[in-house]
Amino acid sequence: MKTAVEIKDLTKRYGDLTALDSISLTVNEGELFGIIGPDGAGKSTLYQILATLLNPNAGSASIFGLDTVKDYRTLRRMIGYMPEKFSLYQDLTVQENLRFFASLFGVSVKDNFNLIAPVFGQLEKFPNRKAGALSGGMKQKLALSCALIHRPSILLLDEPTTGVDAVSRSEFWDILHSLKESRMTILVSTSYMDEATLCDRIAMIDKGHILKTGRPDDLISSIGKNLWQSSAKEMFALLEEYRKMPEVIDCYTFGAYLHIVADDNFNSRIVKDKLSQTFKDFELSKATGTIEDLFIKLSRENHNVL
Amino acid sequence: MMETPDKVISVKDLTKKFGDFAAVDHISFDVFKGEIFGFLGANGAGKTTAMRMLCGLSIPTSGTGYVAGCDIIKQSELIKRRIGYMSQKFSLYSSLTVNENIILFSTIYGMTKAEIKDASAKLYRELDMENMRDTLVKDIPVGWKQKLAFAVSTIHNPEIVFLDEPTGGVDPVTRRKFWELIYQASSRGMTIFVTTHYLDEAEYCNRISIMVDGKIKALGSPEELKKEYDGSSMDEVFRKVAETAVRDD
Repeated sequence: MKTAVEIKDLTKRYGDLTALDSISLTVNEGELFGIIGPDGAGKSTLYQILATLLNPNAGSASIFGLDTVKDYRTLRRMIGYMPEKFSLYQDLTVQENLRFFASLFGVSVKDNFNLIAPVFGQLEKFPNRKAGALSGGMKQKLALSCALIHRPSILLLDEPTTGVDAVSRSEFWDILHSLKESRMTILVSTSYMDEATLCDRIAMIDKGHILKTGRPDDLISSIGKNLWQSSAKEMFALLEEYRKMPEVIDCYTFGAYLHIVADDNFNSRIVKDKLSQTFKDFELSKATGTIEDLFIKLSRENHNVL
Repeated sequence: MMETPDKVISVKDLTKKFGDFAAVDHISFDVFKGEIFGFLGANGAGKTTAMRMLCGLSIPTSGTGYVAGCDIIKQSELIKRRIGYMSQKFSLYSSLTVNENIILFSTIYGMTKAEIKDASAKLYRELDMENMRDTLVKDIPVGWKQKLAFAVSTIHNPEIVFLDEPTGGVDPVTRRKFWELIYQASSRGMTIFVTTHYLDEAEYCNRISIMVDGKIKALGSPEELKKEYDGSSMDEVFRKVAETAVRDD
C-alpha cells in the first residue's frame, strides 16, 4: 500500500500554547481517514500545515513524498483543501465560484465535471444564486465542488459537517463514500464522534495529542466488556445512585440511557435486585460501546497526563 | 398577560413571512414551567426565525405568542429582560475578564448594583470560580467557560433560558457536564428551550418539537415520538420527519 500522508513528530506552538505536540500519523492512499476531536484539539492547525499554509515548529509532514514546507508549490496543485470557515466568494454566483477555482488551477469546469457531478447535482438548479445566499448544506456542497474541480490527489476536509443538520450530514458522508470509490484519498475532520464509524481508520485527537489511532471497530472493542446501560423514570437520581457505588468507575448520560463503566466487582444481578426496588421502570443491560465512550474513557485516563 | 400561570411559552398560529415566503408557517405550541423543551429542525426549516420571534427580536407577521408573561408583539422589549439567552457561537466576550462579563451582562439585563453584587457573589460561590475573577475569558478552560456562560445567561434568574446550540464542537465529557447543569436548573423550576444538532441530546429533553418547512411536524416526548415514527432512537425519528421536507432552503 502506498503512503499518502506521513506525519512525523509534528509540533506547532502559538506562544505558550502547544497546538500540536509531537504527533505522528500515516494515511494510506485511497483511505477515508478521520481526524476526530473536539474544538481546540488541534485539528485546524494540522490541516493548515498539510495545506502548506502554516509551517510547523518541529517535525515534518509529507504528502505523496513531498514535504509541506520545501515542496509547497508542487503540493498546492495536488491538494483539494476545504477549510472550516466557508471561504468562497459570497458575492459570486455558484457558477462563477466554480469557474474561478477551475481557472486558478488552469483546468476547465467541463473537463472534470464528471468528478463533481454527484456533489453538484442539487446546485445545478440555481447556477445564478450568489454563494452567500445558499443554505449551510448547499454552501458545503459548493465548497467541496470547488475543492475537487482540479482533480486533486488528496482531499483535505476540515470539519465539513459542523453546524449541518443530521440529514445533510448523512448526505455529505454518502458523497465522501462515492468519492472514495474513485480511489481518492480523503482526510476529514469532525467533532461529531458518531461520524468516526463512517471512516476506514481514525485518529482521535485532543489538546494537541493523538489519543488513539486505528480502525473504528478495533478501537470500539478496546473499550472492554464492563460497560452497561441503565435507565429508569428518574434518570438523574439514578445517575447519582450509580456514582455512589464503589464498583462504578464512571457513569454518564448517553442518549436515552446512562452508561456505566464498572470494575470486576460489579454484579449486575445484585444491582438489579437493589435498584429495581427504588426506581420505577428500572432497566440494566450490557451496552455496546461507541467512539464517544472511548473518548470519555481516554479523557478520564489521560486526565493527569494531558 | 398569560391566562394559565404554568405556561412559560404559549404560541398560536405564529407566522413570519418574508415577501411571499413563509419562513414560519402557523406554528402553535406551549412550553410549561420547569420543562426541558428541545426545538429541532433541519437547516432552513425556520427554527432561527421562530426563536427570534420568541425572544422579541423579530415581530411576527400574524399569530400570537406569550413568553415569560409578555406579549411577544406588544412587549418585545420587556421580554429581553425576562429571558436568558446563550449560544455556542456567542455567549461571552473573550477579551473581557470573568468579572467584567458578569457586570456587563447583568447591567444589560437591567439589574441594580445591589442585585449584581448579590448575584455575582452567589455565582462565584456556586461555580467555585472566585480565583478566576480577573482572568480573561479566553484564558479559562472550555469546561469552565461553558459553566460560566450558562450562569451569566441566567444571572437575572429568568423564568426561561433559550440555548441555541449550546454544545456545538464541545468534547463529550464537557457536553455531559453541561447537560447536568441544565438538569439542575430545570429541577429548580427554570424552563429550558434548547436547539441542538446532537440527537442524543434530544433524548434528554422532556418534550421535543421538530420543524419541517416552517411548520411543526412532530411534537411529543422522546418516547412518544419513537413510538409514533417507529424509530429506535431520536436520530432515526429526526431523519424520518426531516426527510419529508420539500422546500429548497
